[in-house]
Amino acid sequence: MSITPPNIILHAADVHKNFGGLRALSDIDLQVEEGKTHAIIGPNGAGKSTLLNVIIGRIPPSSGAVIFDGTVLTGKAPYEINQLGISRVFQTPEIFPDLPVLHNVMAPAFARRDGAFRVNMLRSVGSEHEIREEAEAILDDIGLHGRREHHAGSLSRGDKRRLELAMCLIQRPRLLLLDEPTAGMSRHDTNTTIELLRKIKSSGMTKVIIEHDMHVVFSLADRISVLAQGRIIASGLPQEIKEDPRVQEAYLGGGVE
Amino acid sequence: MNVFLAQLLNGLDKGGAYALIALGLTLVFGTLGVVNFAHGALFMLGCFCAVTFRYLITLETVTVDPEKLSPWGAPVEIRTPLVQNWFGDFGAILVDYSVPISILLAVPVMLLIGIAMERGIIKHFYKRSHAEQILVTFGLAIVLQEIVKSFFGANPIPQPIPTDLRGAADIGVWFGMAPHVLTYPWWRLIYLLFSGLVIGGVFAFLQFTTFGMVVRAGMADRETVGLMGIDIDRRFTVVFGLAAVVAGVAGVMYTPLLAPNYHLGMDFLVLSFVVVVVGGMGSLSGAVAAGFLLGILQSFASMTEVKSLIPGIDQVIIYLVAVIILLVRPRGLMGRRGIMES
Amino acid sequence: MFSLSRKDLVALAVFSVVVLTMPIWLAPLGASYPGLMQKFAIYAIFAIGFNILFGLTGYLSFGHAAFLGVGSYTTVWAFKLLSMDVLPAMVFAVIVSGVFALVIGYFSLRRTGIYFSILTLAFAQMSYSLAYSVLTPITNGETGLLLARNDPRYLDAIFGAQADVAGLPQPTLIGNSVSGYTGFYLCAVILILAFYLSQKIFASPFGMALRGIKSNQTRMNYTGFNTRPYTLAAFVISGMFAGLAGALLSITDPLAGAERMKWTESGNVVLMTILGGVGTLFGPVIGAWLIKYFENIFSAINTNMLNNAFSFLPDGVQGFVVTVLSKFVGEGWQLTLGLMFVLIVVFLPGGLVEGFHRFMARLRRRKEAPERVSSTQPAE
Repeated sequence: MSITPPNIILHAADVHKNFGGLRALSDIDLQVEEGKTHAIIGPNGAGKSTLLNVIIGRIPPSSGAVIFDGTVLTGKAPYEINQLGISRVFQTPEIFPDLPVLHNVMAPAFARRDGAFRVNMLRSVGSEHEIREEAEAILDDIGLHGRREHHAGSLSRGDKRRLELAMCLIQRPRLLLLDEPTAGMSRHDTNTTIELLRKIKSSGMTKVIIEHDMHVVFSLADRISVLAQGRIIASGLPQEIKEDPRVQEAYLGGGVE
Repeated sequence: MNVFLAQLLNGLDKGGAYALIALGLTLVFGTLGVVNFAHGALFMLGCFCAVTFRYLITLETVTVDPEKLSPWGAPVEIRTPLVQNWFGDFGAILVDYSVPISILLAVPVMLLIGIAMERGIIKHFYKRSHAEQILVTFGLAIVLQEIVKSFFGANPIPQPIPTDLRGAADIGVWFGMAPHVLTYPWWRLIYLLFSGLVIGGVFAFLQFTTFGMVVRAGMADRETVGLMGIDIDRRFTVVFGLAAVVAGVAGVMYTPLLAPNYHLGMDFLVLSFVVVVVGGMGSLSGAVAAGFLLGILQSFASMTEVKSLIPGIDQVIIYLVAVIILLVRPRGLMGRRGIMES
Repeated sequence: MFSLSRKDLVALAVFSVVVLTMPIWLAPLGASYPGLMQKFAIYAIFAIGFNILFGLTGYLSFGHAAFLGVGSYTTVWAFKLLSMDVLPAMVFAVIVSGVFALVIGYFSLRRTGIYFSILTLAFAQMSYSLAYSVLTPITNGETGLLLARNDPRYLDAIFGAQADVAGLPQPTLIGNSVSGYTGFYLCAVILILAFYLSQKIFASPFGMALRGIKSNQTRMNYTGFNTRPYTLAAFVISGMFAGLAGALLSITDPLAGAERMKWTESGNVVLMTILGGVGTLFGPVIGAWLIKYFENIFSAINTNMLNNAFSFLPDGVQGFVVTVLSKFVGEGWQLTLGLMFVLIVVFLPGGLVEGFHRFMARLRRRKEAPERVSSTQPAE
């Protein structure tokens, strides 16, 4: 068992995951520094999504543990993990398609303020001015303010992804997990999203990004871990990763850019 | 031991009926993705095919013979079924065996009703929510049962067992027991065999025909089969017709065991849904297994010994089992993951 | 705390006026007698409560009649044991049905989709069967639970409010009889309260969370909501509404029978809600009123009335028309009900409220259309 250094907010320690006889993850030791953007890259089937699912508690690890700021996440329900301050953006956007865009953003704010369960029947959503203003400000940031009364299901795919990001951001999480946040986006949308993520970078929020797009990775990441065949084969600063021969062999296919 | 066997047998024929209804229900759900609350009504319509057939076949001519007088002096009315006039002794056999023979009427009629239902209404609901499917088929079930009620009235109409098949088989003797130790009514035995035959037939049809192969593939993965350029629509219609026929003949043969009334379908529907869910939504063998299982359990629960031990258990056993199975094994005995979960 | 948005206030005001003036506007429709209007109010409460569960969370319960029945039984027992006053009876009915809903909901809500529906159905059917058999000491079996002159009524005894009138004691509201119009106004006021409560829930963050569960349960979990207690709370609240409706049934007609727990009764409230419009405020009320109205009107028509109505037709035609129509009325009114449902689900999937909105939208578009034409003309 490795010791977690003080400035590490998320630590996946000795994580193994077997599916039947198949080893999906082995010997994972991932340390994410507070306030940094940490990218996890790797070829298809390397176990990136499995790792993310283990972190978020969707899949229990076969052995090892995930520790967030001194709390063991293993075995906790998704809502408990969120209440600790971890929000997640999915690969296919998980939003509330039947609710207005504004309410999509307000609901997570209520979860942040009121906790996992509270029968708040006496006040009305409309009279919650503070949360409403906050939600409108974020919608303004992502350019969806004009469509706040529309049903979220009617948004385009790119808008849905941005909305989901806003739903996570309004919770002001300590750790934001992003599963390919720009997959399927146009170049233009990708750049707007990068800008948005850069903007919140300064706010001190820790981010873990799983991404295919090297352009996105190298524009955002402070540190990069490379996953191949269920193992972390390299971890370091973007420049180090770019130059690491093992990485180039396993993933980048010799040379980036 | 004999008591045990007797109860087992008693449960089997009811289980056969449950299994037959649940089989069609599952078939429709698995291929068409439709929750059919009118399926019980199809069973009930089958029952009334038997009633109708018997009604038609026993239409009588009344002749008054002025020569003969009854003891109180009125002329005697002689009633002869028309078929007897036309076919003689064969007509008498027809009347006696009206229940099994009415299967010949039930098969085409139920097929037509099934196809009409699917083409007329159900096909528009493939893409709609389960709640809407439930609602429209529930409405349909009410319509069907009310139509039957307006023609046949509200009282149950008992159907006779053919004379030769009345009485009980001394099946204990077959297994080397002393006579009269283990008896079982012939008709129940026939129903059991019949349901086994129909179930076997449906499985064989699905297993050994190209059509059945496509249907099974459709149950496993509807979209892919659709993408393969196979005209699923027409096959769906046939599947629905088939399910209707299975429910119908199950009803026909059940009439001597339980005099049918117009709301019989609803009573069986609730139970069959429980059966389907216990067996596992979308699993044909699960539906059959659960049908027999619940029939047998119900029979055991209605034993006096059991009832005195746990009062009221006979009333609730099926639901109790459903609750326990759903809580312990959420997807039923043989269900696949993720079906109808949301 | 008790405030509503302006739109909701207007809705509540309109609703209150509509409910309280029922005796006036129902008169031309031939439905303004207290017994029927009480039913309108009671079933509307039942449907409003059901809609809080089904409309907001999307969990389709097929066993809500159980809570209606429990409310009825509790009320009659409160009359027998405590007092003929309706207030303690209602309070107890709501509490007991709430506890009952808590237990059933705790188990049923472990599953979703049709599995949840079947679980609730199974629990309700068990209650129904047990009410007829083992629980006869509590439910009085097929006869139904009735009041008796020599019931103890401990609370009444303490306060010395023993009625010495001949015959059975009647339920009272602080000493006033609640038969006839008083009974209707009692139900009406409670209906308005129920509607207000449902407005509050719809507009509240709690209601929003319930809608979120219907829309995307996964997102709710990953957003930090513990969805189980939310659905359970909705289940219990809607069970309490059903219990209250059951209580009012027994208050306006002091007896309780197991047939109120039958699954067809559960099916009825589903139909009312969907007919009017799931997840809307007015929908369930409209659905309940329509079904109860048609049930009453259609089932009261008999062949004689039809013969009179069509007497202007030639004899043969009249006979034919009357024969056909008689299948749809009186005993056969259920046939009309079934047809109505099929037609509405086929042609008006969102229920009447959505149909109305769509109709209004089309009207508006038609009104706007000519203007648009004129404004584009100069550009050509």
